[in-house]
This record gives sequence, C-alpha cells and structure tokens, in this order.
Amino acid sequence: MLTLADITRAMLVDFVADEAWLLDARRWDDWAALFTADGRYWMPAEPDQPDTPDRVSLLDDDALLRRVKLARLRDARAHSQQPPGRSHHLLQASTVVAMDAPGNRFELRTPFLYTELRAGRSLSLPGVAWHHLTVDDGRLKMRLKRVDLLHADQPLPAVEFYL
Amino acid sequence: MDPFDPWSLVQPDQIHRDVYLRNDIFALEMDRLWARAWLFIGHDSQVPEPGDVFATTLAGQPVMMVRGADGRVRVLHNRCAHKGTPLVPQGASHAGRMLRCPYHAWSYRLDGTLLGVPQRDGLEGTSFTTCPGGQGLTAYGEVAFHRGFVFARARAGGPGFADAMGELLSALDLLADRSPEGRLRVAGGVLRTTFDANWKIYLENINDAFHPISTHVSVTASAERVWRDARSASAFAGPSDPPSPARPTGASGAPGLAAADGRTGDPVAASPPPLAMRQLLPFASGYDFFKAMGARVLPHGHSLLGTHHSIHTGYADLGDYGRALHAAHGEARTAQVLAFAPQNVVFYPSMALKGAPPVMRVLRPLAAGLTVLEAWAFELVGAPPEVLRSALLYNRQVFSPMSMVAHDDLHLFEGIQRSLAARANPWVGLHRGAVRDARGGVDASTPRDVDGLDEALLRNQYRAWAEGMAEGAC
Repeated sequence: MLTLADITRAMLVDFVADEAWLLDARRWDDWAALFTADGRYWMPAEPDQPDTPDRVSLLDDDALLRRVKLARLRDARAHSQQPPGRSHHLLQASTVVAMDAPGNRFELRTPFLYTELRAGRSLSLPGVAWHHLTVDDGRLKMRLKRVDLLHADQPLPAVEFYL
Repeated sequence: MDPFDPWSLVQPDQIHRDVYLRNDIFALEMDRLWARAWLFIGHDSQVPEPGDVFATTLAGQPVMMVRGADGRVRVLHNRCAHKGTPLVPQGASHAGRMLRCPYHAWSYRLDGTLLGVPQRDGLEGTSFTTCPGGQGLTAYGEVAFHRGFVFARARAGGPGFADAMGELLSALDLLADRSPEGRLRVAGGVLRTTFDANWKIYLENINDAFHPISTHVSVTASAERVWRDARSASAFAGPSDPPSPARPTGASGAPGLAAADGRTGDPVAASPPPLAMRQLLPFASGYDFFKAMGARVLPHGHSLLGTHHSIHTGYADLGDYGRALHAAHGEARTAQVLAFAPQNVVFYPSMALKGAPPVMRVLRPLAAGLTVLEAWAFELVGAPPEVLRSALLYNRQVFSPMSMVAHDDLHLFEGIQRSLAARANPWVGLHRGAVRDARGGVDASTPRDVDGLDEALLRNQYRAWAEGMAEGAC
C-alpha cells in the first residue's frame, strides 16, 4: 500500500513507461485498471482545446466507453483488427510538472512518437501525453490521461488503439 | 464526339469498377459532375461579420466564402489575380476591410474587385487593364442560399438551385426549425478523416442500411455486453460511486454506473443507458428495422433514408426545449419538425445531414483513391446546450478517426478500393429491389418511396452520375 509520502519522481516516471508498455503488450485489462473509477482518457481535436463539452474531441472515454472499445478490439468480428494490429510507443523522458503530495496530485508531460501497424500499413503520430496521477486505494492511478497530437486538427487516418 | 461514355460504366443494376479506380475519370468527375453541381460550401454563421472568411476546396478548387462590407456572402477563388498566391489560409480567418496578397501586396475589396497594385505606373501601356489579372478575384460561380446554408456551382447549365434541390430544401427547413428561433450556427469544431478509397464508396454507404448489422457487430455486441454487465454490477454496488465533481456526468454522459433508480424495485431494469450507449446500441438493429424505416428516392441523385423512423428516432428528451419549440412554431409544425429524424439526407454528390442529432458530413475528394471526410455539428439557436453536445458526442463516437464505428467502415472501404483490381468480375452489384424499378432500365421516376434496404437509392446516385458526366461533356 502506497502512501503519499512514499511517492518519488522515479515512481511517477516509471508509471508512465509501464502504462505505455501495457498498451503495446495488449494487456488492456491491466491498463484499464490504472485509471481511477472516474478516470478519463481525452484526446482533444485542436491545439490548446478548452475542456468543455461544447467542443468536439477525437476521443473522450470514461470507464464505460473504455470497456466497450477494448471489448471490441478483442472481438473476432472487429473486421479492421483482422489480423490484429500492433502499436509501438517511443517515449521521450517524462518531465514531472506537478509534484503535490499534500494535494495528492502528480502530473507528468511526456512527448512521444506513436506508431500503429494495421492491415500491413503503418502510421506514425507525434504528440505529448499528460498524465494526471493520484494515489487511490494504495496505488498510483490516472485521473486523466490527455493526449495532444501534433496533428490534432488535421485530417487523420483511422487510429484504432489508445495512444 | 466524346470518347468517354459514362453509360458504358453504369448498367441498370451494376456499376463498373473503373468509376472508383481511374484517376482520369476522377478528373472528369470534378469538371463535369462536381463543378456543375450545387455544392455546399459552408454556413453563413461561419462568417458572421464583414471581412470574415472561410476557405476550403470545392470540386478540387481553392475557394473562400467572404462576408462583404455590404453584408453579402460571396464565394471567390482563393487565388491572387497576379501570380496565384492564396490570399487567406484554409479554414476561418478575418481579413478586415480588404484582402491583401502577402506576396506583392495587391489588394482587393471584400467583393473581389481590385483595390490597389503597388507601382502601378509600370503597368501602363500593357494589356493589364483588359487581361483576367486586371479584373480582380474571380467568382467561383453562382451562389445560392437557404436557411443560412451556402451553396455554389462553378459551371452554369442544368437546373437552377430550387429545381436542383427540390424536396431537400424542406429538409433544411425542418433542421433549421429545430431551433426555436429558426436559426442554426456551426459550432463545436469539425472532425476530419482521410481514407484511401473513392468518395462514391463512402457516399453509397451513407445510403446503405444493409451494412450496420454485419459491419458494426463488434461494436454493438461489445456495447450491449458491457452495458449489461455494468447494470448488473450497479444493482449490487449501491450508491458507493459518487460522480466526480469535476465532471459530473462522465465523458459518456453516464450519470455514474451506480446511479440506479430505486423507484421501481428493479434497479437494473430501471437504470437508463447513458446517451453514449443510446447512440451506439441502435446500430445493432436488424434488417426488419432498417427495411421498415423507408426511404425516398429524389431527382439528381439526392435521397432521404429513414422516412418512417431511424436509429435516431428514439433518443429525444426535450422538456423545456419542446415547450420553446411549441411556442415558436405552433403545435403542428413542432410535431412535423420533431418527427423528422432521418437516418441520412443525401445532397448528391458532396453532403449528408441528420436532423437529430444535428450533424452533417461533407466529402472532399482528393483523388480517385483518396478522400477527406468532414463531420460538422450545428447549434440550434435558442435550444439548450445539450442538443449541440449530443451532436458533438455523436460525431466523436461515430465519425472521429478514432471512432470504433468508423474503423470497420473505413477498413472495408480501403479494402474494396484495393480488391476491385480483381479482373474476373469488374462489376459492383446494386440489384436489391431492382425488379421494382421501371422496366428495362434505371428507374426514371423520382421522387418515389421505397423500403429502407432497396438499393434504388444507390442506383439513383449512379443515374445522376452518368447523366451529369454525359451532360457535362458539352
């Protein structure tokens, strides 16, 4: 059981690296368990997008929608996943941008180059991931993972996994 | 004599693969079909003030919609009369009182007329005053307006705007009258997807009620299972899962999975699916549902799918908004407006819209095998913010490049584009319901009503295609 006093910068940075590893390893149940119950995965559709329901997003998934998306990726009838695609996260060193143990609030900024291989073709997308972490039930968890794509407001091809 | 005969590629119930694959045919399509069609360019709410500009492409041409000093909206080519520099960037911008070229500082009034050229004395005695460059910016072509929607066509000829649109104008009226003030506003941002397939494959799919049950089964089966499990869990969990204060309804619009309604004694049955689920689950509807939804085949390739009902009929929860509509439009018109929740209204060849949620798709073909799709949303002025939010949620869930619904569609379209290379059978079949077409050919009688699975809507698209390609050669 972690307590707030135990949290170090190295633990935060390791969390981000492990989170990407779980995605690329297709360990989606373990990945989904990294979110708090109200945890959110958000991919805005424009740079510096304000957090309001009055702007459209590329993705904005709560626990329920994450479950549906991950269940669909494992469904043999998901035509676009025949054969199953693969993903690869190339992460730059994370920067801890907030380290607020008394407030139970930890934030990291991680530039990345994401590559997705599907149906014999690959696409690569650069961007920045923002992890908003908190200690919940004795574990570090994500309250929010925000993914800002460099190409957020450009026409994009289908991108099927969580980045 | 035109060596290209479009009717050789369009049979009454089969379409030749060349219409999807050949880039020379694509170039002809832009010139003969798209340039002669009344294409949607934008909505006047995107350029509310004089000097506001919205730049995009129409029929492969760089164009801009500009609000003039006189308040009028014009559609001009986004090309400096001098050397071809684009005057404004793609998307929305504000030009101020004039359009000024960044290259050599030529300037134009907002109506496109030439305002100033630096060092003009050097042009004296040349053909400048009579050549095209001396005339200022060129208009894209004719422009027409309806309820804020702006349409333009580059080449004259063919029916005028009202005749070309026909019943589609009342579809725009029905959408606009979902606003208690009768006004729409483009809002919330646009999602754009690029895919490696012909624009017509996408446009066919908008009219294709036959595919959801097989194409989207992975989404609907997953959504059904997850929602059933979540409801079962919530029946035992009790209210121990308070919603986050930062985001009270959750990203899916779920009021917290534990928010069971205790009034009925059966909390599982009583908890309503959140809006995100209510948007996804109807894709699982069966053939009978889609067949009974009905469709209407309209002239010039247009159509209306879902004349009786659609997957969008079920999820209206109106409250005060319904009362505001009633006060504004009266009982009869309100009933008519709210009953209009079609699956899709296709404005051939470039646009499709829904009434509820108020969303629109616009196709921007780039090459025979490359297309950009845009998904737009409307605010219904005077309606509660939840209406726009439902439109943005729908676009995100169904039309985003990250949408699990779109993923199977796009994957299949791109596969079709590659597999049509197969030599043995060069034809795509559109036979369903063809026995009911007029004897001996593609049915000429429009408008007419058909069932929701009748491929008459697709045959109608290709009849308009072949007619336009033949007439545009003149």
